[in-house]
Amino acid sequence: MNLVKSNCENCPVHNIDNLVKLGINMEHFDYVVALCGNPNTGKSTVFNALTGLRQHTGNWPGKTVVRAEGGFEYNEHKYKLVDLPGTYSLLSTSTDEEVARNFILFGQPDVTVIVVDATRLERNLNLVLQVLEITDRIIVCLNLIDEAKRNGIEIDERALSKELGVPVIPTAARQKEGIPNLLEYIDEVATGKYRCKPKRIKNKNPKLRKAVEVLSNEVLKIYPNLPNADWVALRLLEGDEDIIDAVKSGELGKLKKLGAVESTQEIILK
Amino acid sequence: MTNRNQILELANKFRWGLGGNLHDALMESIFKEASDIAHKVVITKNEKGAFSFDKKLDKIVTNRWTGFPIMFILLAIVFWLTVQGANYPSNVLSNLLVGELPHILKNFALSINLPHWVAGLFIDGGYLAMAWVISVMLPPMAIFFPLFTLLEDFGYLPRVAFNMDNLFRKAGAHGKQALTMSMGFGCNAAGVVAARIIDSPRERLIAIITNNFSLCNGRWPTQILIATIFIGGLVPAQIAGLVSAGAVVGVAVFGVFLSLVTSWGLSRTVLKGEASTFNLELPPYRPPRILQTLYTSLMDRTLIVLWRAVVFAFPAGLVIWLISNLTVGDVSLADYFINWTNPFALFIGLNGIILLAYVVAIPANEIVIPTILMLTVVHFGLTGVGAGAGVMFDTSSIDATKQLLEVGGWTVLTGVNLMIFTLLHNPCSTTLFTIYKETGSLKWTVFSAIYPIIMGFTLCFLVAQVWRIF
Repeated sequence: MNLVKSNCENCPVHNIDNLVKLGINMEHFDYVVALCGNPNTGKSTVFNALTGLRQHTGNWPGKTVVRAEGGFEYNEHKYKLVDLPGTYSLLSTSTDEEVARNFILFGQPDVTVIVVDATRLERNLNLVLQVLEITDRIIVCLNLIDEAKRNGIEIDERALSKELGVPVIPTAARQKEGIPNLLEYIDEVATGKYRCKPKRIKNKNPKLRKAVEVLSNEVLKIYPNLPNADWVALRLLEGDEDIIDAVKSGELGKLKKLGAVESTQEIILK
Repeated sequence: MTNRNQILELANKFRWGLGGNLHDALMESIFKEASDIAHKVVITKNEKGAFSFDKKLDKIVTNRWTGFPIMFILLAIVFWLTVQGANYPSNVLSNLLVGELPHILKNFALSINLPHWVAGLFIDGGYLAMAWVISVMLPPMAIFFPLFTLLEDFGYLPRVAFNMDNLFRKAGAHGKQALTMSMGFGCNAAGVVAARIIDSPRERLIAIITNNFSLCNGRWPTQILIATIFIGGLVPAQIAGLVSAGAVVGVAVFGVFLSLVTSWGLSRTVLKGEASTFNLELPPYRPPRILQTLYTSLMDRTLIVLWRAVVFAFPAGLVIWLISNLTVGDVSLADYFINWTNPFALFIGLNGIILLAYVVAIPANEIVIPTILMLTVVHFGLTGVGAGAGVMFDTSSIDATKQLLEVGGWTVLTGVNLMIFTLLHNPCSTTLFTIYKETGSLKWTVFSAIYPIIMGFTLCFLVAQVWRIF
């Protein structure tokens, strides 16, 4: 991986000029972008770089416990950016991780940016692969690339992008490196110029595939418009207590409008 | 209703058909895929292996024998720098804001014929409370926050959590409570919200209730000032700074100890249960960005906290002026309360003025010291230090503050007990409101308020008894 900046990136007329940091001004927006990723990978740093806000950042996992929102404008499109608490998996149970999971699953962001720690790629990929299963418009932000370099770790981001079927953008958000590139791809993916072909782990078991299909159709009958009914079906087959309870109590219907994160927290806290 | 249950039954039926361990099988396939991809795209060049420096450093700072001493020493250095560094700018600010400006304002008020009580209420009350808070709090915060943030940025906090984990687990609490506790050292309300990182409701509740035992921003300046006057005053001047810093660390560590004891007590009685296990990631050490940290911690933390203090100080100043000037019969409301609580307060080694100050300071602990000083002047009818009832006055040097408090009958015992009581009393109203929001329980909110007060009174009483024996 080479961090030599291209001349374009250094040139002041280049795209970073098109970035207008809107801070908390996000009344009207064209697209919603979610920032997710494992804890302590620099989501809030990326968030601050794009919105000009100053979310608390620090070197320890678990700083962000509620989602933060901010806005930016790029290429004449207005974006609402949602900074989510870190999560290792979409199957986790703590309140802060629920916030992230529910937003990714049911908040229906236009683009999901997964911030991954380049020095711990393998573990970070577990979440990436799970998110790839459920949504199409994804960008992998390969952050902390400077730290990886310092520790002699190199990542072939082109090969990674090919493997995953989504754009992979190396960044060092603390130094604001790679942010222009990230912006460009957010814009392209949001507007549909770039089409992701996310890798899906092949479901070899036809019985399972059939069961998911039948079950998710049933779920959709009761909760029409529920995003990711397949995921819900799979969780039911696994016997996930949270989801079973949500179906039982009818709270699942509320999940789909996950503007209201508070209500999900209450669901989970019960 | 039937439909929902039908779905669940259907899921059950399918689950039997699919055989067990579906969840594990799915997770395994994800792990395998992740590992395959990582092997294809990651090249590690470093022969010693990545993060060899981090590993070495971690061996020292998380070592069983050296971990804790390093923690205490780092904490002591931070406070020592704060105590030493804050003195001079505090005096300058105090001379300007509390000494010079009120005269100018007063003269101005006279020149435009402002009624006496209006000038008194807003200048002697509201303005002076604000000015005092700024001169007392700004310098220590401007030093303490950047230092603390540098440690945080470097990656030291998770190591603290790692060191403390064993203690918390033995107390039946969650190891991540060490992290929420550290957040509490900045602000208890933030610490209470941070408890969301703890999964189990039982352990989260323990973390929320015990967060008050972390000294917060509003309380550090009180500790530092009182330690400087009463503890530092006991030893020769050369080592006074060091000893005062040591005393502050002592109180902070005592808070951690009480936090553990309380967690232990709760998890053995009303909040029974086993400590749950968790993974704590030790993030890599990162070279702190010094300039950026200075800038952000000054702009974000220092100024925001200061702003909060100022916002609360102004109305508190009005209240102080009013209770000192409104009289029932011949006695002002303030004197009434002080005289009423004095027998009890003196018995436990405090005084009525301190108790009244803590009532006034419920919205923000930051204003305790200004309130105490002002009430002392009014209550003892001191002349030459203030310009009348309810006036916060110029205590441009720490010696002047000391003399004043001694006139008010303060001894080393009062100082020590004030430090204890500052650690152990009800959380500020913001924190209480946050506790209510986070737990949704009035019962636990009330408990969080009452429990530390009882502890504070009991401890002050015990210290006073022991003190009087010797």
